Amino acid sequence: MSEQKVFLIFQDTADSRPFIEALEQENPAATFDYQPGMVRIDGMGELKITREVVSEKAGRDMDLQELHLTLVSLSGNIDEDDDYFSISRH
Amino acid sequence: MSIQIASKEIKPLRLNYAHIARRMGGDTKPASRYQEAVLDVQPTTNFHYPPTWEPNKQLFDVTRTAIVMNDWHAFADPRQYYYTSYVTARAKQQEVMDNSFEMLEKHGLWKTIPAPILDVVRKVLIPLRHYEYGANLNNQDICDRGYGAPITSLASFNGFDRIGMAQYLSRIALLIDENEETTLQAAREAWLNDANWQPLRHAMEDTFVLDDWMEIMVAQNIVMDGFIYPLVYGRIMPQLANQGGGSLLMITQFMSEWYDETVRWTNQLMKVISAESPDNAALLKQWVSTWTNRIEQAVNPIATLVLGDQASETVASVKTELLARLAKNGVAV
Repeated sequence: MSEQKVFLIFQDTADSRPFIEALEQENPAATFDYQPGMVRIDGMGELKITREVVSEKAGRDMDLQELHLTLVSLSGNIDEDDDYFSISRH
Repeated sequence: MSIQIASKEIKPLRLNYAHIARRMGGDTKPASRYQEAVLDVQPTTNFHYPPTWEPNKQLFDVTRTAIVMNDWHAFADPRQYYYTSYVTARAKQQEVMDNSFEMLEKHGLWKTIPAPILDVVRKVLIPLRHYEYGANLNNQDICDRGYGAPITSLASFNGFDRIGMAQYLSRIALLIDENEETTLQAAREAWLNDANWQPLRHAMEDTFVLDDWMEIMVAQNIVMDGFIYPLVYGRIMPQLANQGGGSLLMITQFMSEWYDETVRWTNQLMKVISAESPDNAALLKQWVSTWTNRIEQAVNPIATLVLGDQASETVASVKTELLARLAKNGVAV
């Protein structure tokens, strides 16, 4: 079971907010742990965000690569494109 | 010896101000800066004195528009502009525009633009600085008499944008005249006296005196801009670019970007207001149809200055686009 686990950790700042909100919306099963200064998002199997939702949350056109400015750590195999970013286990 | 660094979390007792927490349905996560800047900022009560200029109304009064909203905070700016985010975004764009102007000037790029194209710029683009200034007045008026901080703050930002664009147009005029004011004066003369510009000027001045601020919003920011921007910056400028005026696109870039951005919040505003009640939707529909008919007539002579006999066809296509966009957002005319 735990081999299926993936996670993302973001700094808890205004810049990371659209990503966290998009993760919340697009991964209803994920758990959100607000720790001092950072947010840990755990998911089973896969965590995925799309540029469309992130842009909507941010109120401007976003480049998904901007997530690396506030990303602290992640675990999982990355699959990314201009329009989505996902981590999963395979 | 090993050192164990333990982190200890101190949970704040409250994440938000009480009025924001009430809005967000609980104090579970911190509000965004935008939410803090607009939610319930609108004064609603304890107005001691009615305004002397309008004794039958309160200082802030929902009845200044016929639109009825249960909650004037139902609309949120999709761009989430509050002071800092607005100023940061515009400062970046201003830098780009400044560089473009400098480059055109330094390398004399504008001198490569054929004279007939510059003539069109003088006749059609530069008089629009008066249009922008009028749009500034309308938006500051909405900010003054409107209701609901998300709407009034956005109107105020919009007004400032218009001043900025009027200045860009003046700067283009000075650039192509090498700092003489010939075009600026000719453009003013055109706006005031040229028969081709009078229907638009008349329509604009009629919006200045509308009582209902939401009608001004529809007439100015949705209908008038919905014609002028796609026509001038979406149709005419690319055409001029193809005929050798490519560098013009650099110094009008802000305007086309700005309009793409504006469409996002006007769509959202129409969607929220028309979804509130059939009465609201009917009222919006009525305003949109009155003003689209009027503005279509008003921009035709201006389009003819450049496009000749293709003008009415082009204007009609702009109108179809506008109406299709509005229909998608709950205002089907």
